[in-house]
Amino acid sequence: MSLMTEVTIFVLAAFVGFEVISKVPTTLHTPLMSQTNAIHGIVMLGGLIVVGFANDGLEYVIGTIAIAFGAINIVGGFMVTDRMLGMFSKKPKPKPKAEPSGSPSSDGSGGG
Amino acid sequence: MSALAQIPAAVLEPGGDGATALYIVAFSLFIIGVRRGTHPTTAKQGNLIAAGGMAIAVVTTLLLDGIGNWGLIVAGLGVGTAVGVIASIRVQMTEMPQMVALYNGVGGGAVALIAWSEIRHGISLGHEIPLDELIPVLFAAVVGSVSFWGSNIAFAKLQDLIPTRPLAVPGQQVINALLLVGIVAACVDIAVNNDDPSQAIFIGVLIAAALLGNLVVLPIGGADMPVVISLLNAFTGLSAAAAGFALDNVALIVAGTLVGSSGTILTMEMATAMNRSVGNVLFAGFGGAPSGGAGGSGEERPHTSIGAQDAAIKLAYADSVVIVPGYGLAVAQAQHAIKEVADELEKRGVTVGYAIHPVAGRMPGHMNVLLAEADVPYEQLKEMEEVNPELPRTDVAVVVGANDVTNPAAKNDPDSPIAGMPIIEVNEAQQVIVIKRSLSPGFAGIDNDLFYEPNTSMLFADAKQAAADIAAEIQQL
Repeated sequence: MSLMTEVTIFVLAAFVGFEVISKVPTTLHTPLMSQTNAIHGIVMLGGLIVVGFANDGLEYVIGTIAIAFGAINIVGGFMVTDRMLGMFSKKPKPKPKAEPSGSPSSDGSGGG
Repeated sequence: MSALAQIPAAVLEPGGDGATALYIVAFSLFIIGVRRGTHPTTAKQGNLIAAGGMAIAVVTTLLLDGIGNWGLIVAGLGVGTAVGVIASIRVQMTEMPQMVALYNGVGGGAVALIAWSEIRHGISLGHEIPLDELIPVLFAAVVGSVSFWGSNIAFAKLQDLIPTRPLAVPGQQVINALLLVGIVAACVDIAVNNDDPSQAIFIGVLIAAALLGNLVVLPIGGADMPVVISLLNAFTGLSAAAAGFALDNVALIVAGTLVGSSGTILTMEMATAMNRSVGNVLFAGFGGAPSGGAGGSGEERPHTSIGAQDAAIKLAYADSVVIVPGYGLAVAQAQHAIKEVADELEKRGVTVGYAIHPVAGRMPGHMNVLLAEADVPYEQLKEMEEVNPELPRTDVAVVVGANDVTNPAAKNDPDSPIAGMPIIEVNEAQQVIVIKRSLSPGFAGIDNDLFYEPNTSMLFADAKQAAADIAAEIQQL
């Protein structure tokens, strides 16, 4: 990709980000921050690429730590968001204990 | 085109059409996920959609042609996933904000490490590193490192590992400015010598950025921490986008930028909810008690103290009661006990509502989560704007573990550090009961005039114990 193509994508994505968040109810500020926090865990892809193509001792170490950090960011971020939002879901019964633990499995696949 | 032909072999050419197409699907799901995250009914689904996008992005990367070192990849993914899962399941709802700070920190750390690795890789190739790769790498390294250390400090403050009050060294702003200038100068040096950049200077940049991250967040008081975390979140997003420029990865660019810009908006909305500007948060230590007009001088001021029985009587014979929950309620895990008091009162025909300040708890919306956990019905949760006009007609306002958000100084004292912050005007109610462990100042570190008002009664106790006692006393009336 040429630099200018990347800059174009960057600028458009910035506007999408500005537009997509408008008038968020206060209640959702924390969950939404947590969700966008999980999304920047995408940087883990960088770690995968670094390690996947590395051939140098220190790069192995740095890259593997980066993957682990990224995976914590992604898996933890989405799961914690899910738990928070679970508090707002319509409560069918007083004790739907299975609900928070039901989603981790799907999120877990996000980490690999 | 050739990449498409290779899909059946389950291998994608890096930067090829197949991989790019899948990345486009992934970031589209992120955008849809964030959009749905802004509405209460679709938020949970939105989060799952974004997680699905992430799964696609990760799998696509793992399928790239030439990816090797599977042992290390599996180890990194395994350890990270395990830590993330365990931490998320074990964390208490009250500790959510610091958990988000921690996750944000590791994200920033990952960015800085990837940038370091890219620099090493570039140097090892022995030829000039193009500036359109080098500059994003430097940006990612600096911002990622600041975000990592800043988030860790935010975590430590919220977890009470270090004092939440502002910690500042003399000449703080000058030191920060010098660090920033030094970082920029070192980066320029690396960029100018891009045919053979010095790795030592680069490591120096990482360390200076780490110091900067510490020094910027340490002087910020605990009450402003949510805004800081949100801002660092946006920064980490931008640094991830920069890493995307360096790696020519469209998924990183779009997702990182999306977080950067939406995070900026979110940060400003949070700051507005506290009537503070972001610049004010960063550069003026909130709760600088010494500078505050209402700063506690230490002398004892007259106040009224009551016990659980008196409180029960006041409440039971009221027509309308408004409960104002704060972080103290959350810490004491008193949400269930308070619900019990509310139930007892409703049995006696008292109208009960909960007044939620936008920043009650540790973050906007945090208190709503905690009360929802205790099965408090939505309809009883009232926002500040809704409840303030009703307060003069309210018989008793019960403040449970809240402090700064009820401090009339925010309205009456233009010199107060929290001047202008919107408050729940409990002092307008006929009577006020404040359940609190002591008269000590709150998160912002300033004294609360409310405690000394003639219509205020202080009930000194742990919130949970007090609520349980009041509920028991009401039953006996």
